[in-house]
Amino acid sequence: MSLNKLNQLYMAVVMDHASHPHHKLALPDATTSVELHNVSCGDDIRAFILMKDDKVQQVSFTGNGCTISQASASMMTDALAGLTKTEAVAGCEAFFQLVMGKQISTKAKAWLGDAEILGSVAEFPARIKCATLAWHAAQEALEGGN
Amino acid sequence: MPNKFKNLSHDFPILKRKINDEPLVYLDNAATSQTPNQVLNRIGDFYQHSNANVHRGVYTLANEATAAYEQVRNQVAAFINAPSAKSIVYTRSTTDSLNLIATSFGNLVVTQGDEILITIMEHHSNLIPWQQLAKRKHATLRYVELNADQTLDMADLKHKLTNKTKLVAITQTSNVLGVTNPIKEIAKLAHQHQAYIVVDAAQSVAHQKVDVQDLDADFLTFSGHKMLATTGIGVCYGKPELLAEMPPVQFGGEMIESVSRTNATWQAAPWKFEAGTPNIGGVIGLGAAIDYLSEIGMAEINAREQQLTAYLFPKLTAVNKLTIYGSKEASQHAGIISFNLGQLHPHDVATGLDMLGVEVRAGHHCAQPLMATLGVQATVRASLSFYNSVEDLDRFVQAIQMVKEFFAGESK
Repeated sequence: MSLNKLNQLYMAVVMDHASHPHHKLALPDATTSVELHNVSCGDDIRAFILMKDDKVQQVSFTGNGCTISQASASMMTDALAGLTKTEAVAGCEAFFQLVMGKQISTKAKAWLGDAEILGSVAEFPARIKCATLAWHAAQEALEGGN
Repeated sequence: MPNKFKNLSHDFPILKRKINDEPLVYLDNAATSQTPNQVLNRIGDFYQHSNANVHRGVYTLANEATAAYEQVRNQVAAFINAPSAKSIVYTRSTTDSLNLIATSFGNLVVTQGDEILITIMEHHSNLIPWQQLAKRKHATLRYVELNADQTLDMADLKHKLTNKTKLVAITQTSNVLGVTNPIKEIAKLAHQHQAYIVVDAAQSVAHQKVDVQDLDADFLTFSGHKMLATTGIGVCYGKPELLAEMPPVQFGGEMIESVSRTNATWQAAPWKFEAGTPNIGGVIGLGAAIDYLSEIGMAEINAREQQLTAYLFPKLTAVNKLTIYGSKEASQHAGIISFNLGQLHPHDVATGLDMLGVEVRAGHHCAQPLMATLGVQATVRASLSFYNSVEDLDRFVQAIQMVKEFFAGESK
């Protein structure tokens, strides 16, 4: 019996984001925010987006979840801030491709930053929803939300 | 342990497979049970030799299929000691059965100002149909709460059960806490107040002898797939006089007596509730599952599962920082143990266990109001069946220790 394979999922950087998540707070002056639930476990994430002109000025999140969802949400806030709206939406799409084990462009990798290492989630299909929850919330917020 | 429980993997070949290069330890029996060859072969045999639609043709095959389909109704009735096969309605699932009762019977008897009494430990399938019924009828939905030891608070039940209560809906065994509620006593109390009692037996019927007449249940529901049969077949038992009053909620073939351009009349129960071609293969499999369970004997199955639970429980309570939900007594757990491991999220724990071949549920178990009452978002749940072995439980406990150590080493 061995848990060696788990190291691919719970890498130090993932554990670090999960235990000390970045931008985990509500943004009262957010342009939009969207809350989504993971129906299988009841976890919830709300993503807040503050836009200035066409730029994503600030991203944050609130909510509870497992190591993967918390780490992924934290990485998402780092990744999307500073991008244009179009880039940020494309960044979310790239992340969805990545965690399903697909190749993504060098440009998309640059947008994703730390989040690129969550490509390992593709080896754990039952956890893809945990990884994508925050990004789906962010994408919906970018596309209008309320 | 008796020999009956040795080498059951001959009957359940899935138990021989590997998960992530480890032997499978299947501990999600409360979600669905595994299906023995005897059930699969009976279904295969039916489709190979006797398949035809039921209650339609006059030819030999159709007669054979109909006889087999109706014979299982007798078997189901005998299995739960129902007074008559006509009190057994085939449905898709426990959920489907409870929706049938809430829609047909609920609409009939519940009126404005009435109260519907359920418990905080109900599965969503025995909660939302009543919540919706209460909204439709401007009735009040009330919840019986838990004792400090997370068993059902009978004093609270007695307090909330009044002459305003039209209906009590309650699970026999909780899918999260594992506790078995005193249904017979609750039925008696409900009837003293002229209330009806609906019993969700999804988690009990495969694990103990269930006798609807002894319990004096007005309705009792369960699913085939949690008792060794296949998915998509469920049972709704109802007292014959109640089923007789109830209108059908689905209309179409098979359920009618005669149809004109402007009107239609229905068959008697149970057939008026079985519109359309039913899950015939599922019914055939259900009959084989009842044969399988009966051959071992429900008392022996219950004793075996109690023994396994009693073996596992102290090993889990000995794990530092492991919190078990529900009673502190193993005997109150009916093979279902929900827990959390320190501050670890149940999904993380379950992924770790999965890497070691141990399949458990992690989540809210379709019981979000209960999770809120317990003060958690989710739990891990291990649920046993008689075909689990002591070796399975040892591997499970070892796996928990390994997962705990893994996460302890990762910056927590």
